[in-house]
Amino acid sequence: MNILSAKNIVKRYASHTALNDVTMEIPRQSIFGLLGPNGAGKTSLIRIINQITGPDSGELFFEGEKLSQKHVEQIGYLPEERGLYKKMAVGEQALYLAQLKGMSKPEAKRKLKEWFEKFEIDAWWNKKVEELSKGMQQKVQFIVTVLHEPKLLILDEPFSGFDPINANLIKNEILDLKKKGSTILFSTHNMGSVEELCDNIALINKSTKILDGSVKEIRKQYKTNIFELEFTGNMMGFTNAMWTGAELLEHNTDGEHNKAKVKLLGNTSSNDLLQAIIPVAKIQSFREIVPSMNDIFIKVVGDENSIGTQSNFTE
Amino acid sequence: MSKISLIIKREYLSRVRKKSFIVMTILGPILMAGIGIVPVYLSMQKTETQKIEVIDESTLFIDLIPQKDIAHFDYPPISIQDARAGFFDTEYDAILYIPKVVLNGGQNGINLFYKKQLSNEIRGYIEETLGKMIFNVMLAKNKVDLNFIKDAKEKSTFSMITTRVDEQGKDKKTNTGLNIAIGLVCAFLIYFFIFLYGVQVMRGVMEEKTSRIVEVILSSVKPFQLMMGKIVGIALVGLTQFLLWVILTGTLYSVATATILKGIDMKQIQKKEQIIKVGADLNVSEMKQNSKADEMTQLWNDFKSVNMVQILFCFLFYFLAGYLLYSALFAAVGSAVDSEADTQQFMMPITIPLILSFVVAQTIIQNPESPMAFWFSMIPLTSPIVMMVRLPFGVPAWQLWLSMSFLILGFLFTTWIAGRIYRTGILMYGKKVTWKELGKWLFYKG
Repeated sequence: MNILSAKNIVKRYASHTALNDVTMEIPRQSIFGLLGPNGAGKTSLIRIINQITGPDSGELFFEGEKLSQKHVEQIGYLPEERGLYKKMAVGEQALYLAQLKGMSKPEAKRKLKEWFEKFEIDAWWNKKVEELSKGMQQKVQFIVTVLHEPKLLILDEPFSGFDPINANLIKNEILDLKKKGSTILFSTHNMGSVEELCDNIALINKSTKILDGSVKEIRKQYKTNIFELEFTGNMMGFTNAMWTGAELLEHNTDGEHNKAKVKLLGNTSSNDLLQAIIPVAKIQSFREIVPSMNDIFIKVVGDENSIGTQSNFTE
Repeated sequence: MSKISLIIKREYLSRVRKKSFIVMTILGPILMAGIGIVPVYLSMQKTETQKIEVIDESTLFIDLIPQKDIAHFDYPPISIQDARAGFFDTEYDAILYIPKVVLNGGQNGINLFYKKQLSNEIRGYIEETLGKMIFNVMLAKNKVDLNFIKDAKEKSTFSMITTRVDEQGKDKKTNTGLNIAIGLVCAFLIYFFIFLYGVQVMRGVMEEKTSRIVEVILSSVKPFQLMMGKIVGIALVGLTQFLLWVILTGTLYSVATATILKGIDMKQIQKKEQIIKVGADLNVSEMKQNSKADEMTQLWNDFKSVNMVQILFCFLFYFLAGYLLYSALFAAVGSAVDSEADTQQFMMPITIPLILSFVVAQTIIQNPESPMAFWFSMIPLTSPIVMMVRLPFGVPAWQLWLSMSFLILGFLFTTWIAGRIYRTGILMYGKKVTWKELGKWLFYKG
């Protein structure tokens, strides 16, 4: 079952529409990437899921139930722009925020101590937040977000502000939480981490969802049948052998050593291609070029926007 | 613990523990007690005794002008010419010259020569005392019975008794001065409280907004809960501070009066002895001092004649309801802006009715049942202050209930408006907000 389903969500502000009929399903115990360029409507959607604002129309379901105030305690939220009370002591503040999520004080205290030790910030319990470095504040915020062991964890750019070591620490915690049963909704511009972490994604552009599905599927879907070959042998023979089965996109020749990118045409499979060229060349490597999420993002959003500009232009 | 009480608790504790709160709590009473004590203390700091030689050609007053702590009178048997000639070689600060023809009055009378400017107090004292003495001498010369004059003066001095007649035809004694005092003090306290703590609400909201913690909190509680929690928490801070001030000021004042002003009674007694020495003194105000105790009992009775229970109840009501009404608006302003500098344009419409009601209150106190007084005590934005001014004079029950109902409605209404502006504004960054924009926010859906 899906932990969260959003159905036909529409959110309008006075001057623009932030979300236009967005529907998405977030499967349980997965990491779901919410992608999109700046201003696409990601934050609006996240705020609606957190019930900070309400949609103008559309419905949300949490584990099949209509989303309501009681689900607040099942959700943890780390906003992109985040802060703490500067003048308040770290431990006291963490306790307060945990209690607001419905935890009892002793329980919150016990768990906070564990987390503070794990993140090696227990010495800072009585320090004021303004005395902490930014990275340390981020750690505190992360702890507060996950402390009540929410079923759904919403992380908006969780790695921003962390050094590589701490980013790795956070990444491992996220994976650990997933293993323990949490679902993570993950909003980021860092496509590398999407490929690394996400099981599924949805891509929002200009208030509309334009792409969703599992990362594997999407990458497969955007495959362009391009292969890279390295071989020694005659380039001429190589091209002849390909004949009409494939198109040579580019090649480098360094004496006997060749490198070529080819696009398979029609029903030609990679095996067909190999069979055809094995007689004329000695193959050193052969691999399919799968588009990265970054490429897909740029392509999909770029196409959308150019269509957008064109239609605007013709209007 | 419910979420709103968690918020209230945090708002309360984080403020009460602040250094500035503790400093203000201690400093406030010292300042207030200071306002009460310093003038008294200063008036007791007598200037150096001035030595004055009296040249009395009329011989009527020799050795008779009462000595005073600020002025010592000597009567050397020399002429005015000699006195003036040797003036700068003497230790005297001034020469008081009383000519022979002093009883003719007018300009050809008494002259004071001095080296350095004498205080107003000394000049006043000489004029007053000598004037009275001349008056008495004149009467005695014309064989007028001094006791008769004294009696007439005493009996023609009165303070008017004002009595309010209520609907049942029952009389109620009132003391206008006391009513004014009670009304103004209550009004000022409410005004002060609303301003001081309303601005704190605004700052608190802005702090949450600019530190960006608000989004995390709003993922746990509703915006309205956060706003009300803050308003109530700060109200409790205000009440705590107010209570501490009352206690501390009271303690401090009584301790101070007990120690610093200990000597004052002795001086009062000395003064009375001097009055007797002058002889037939006709000053009624002096005489009245003898009945100071009676006056205090009278004041106490007047106090009792004012409906103190009603005033106390209404004070608490208008105090809190007024604060709630305004602080909701302050919260809305805090949520709509990004920095303190931007608050100005939105602060104006809030502070104007507040200041206006305080200004108007001072006029209304002259005529507490005028139509203006009525309307201002009905409008929720001005009623907390204006009604408190009217209350000690007696306000018909229906007006009081109506005003209270309006205030509650007004409070609900401003809170509703503020809540809608707040929930949108608190998440809106980097946008210069206009009035039109605020209007739109009112109609956004949840």
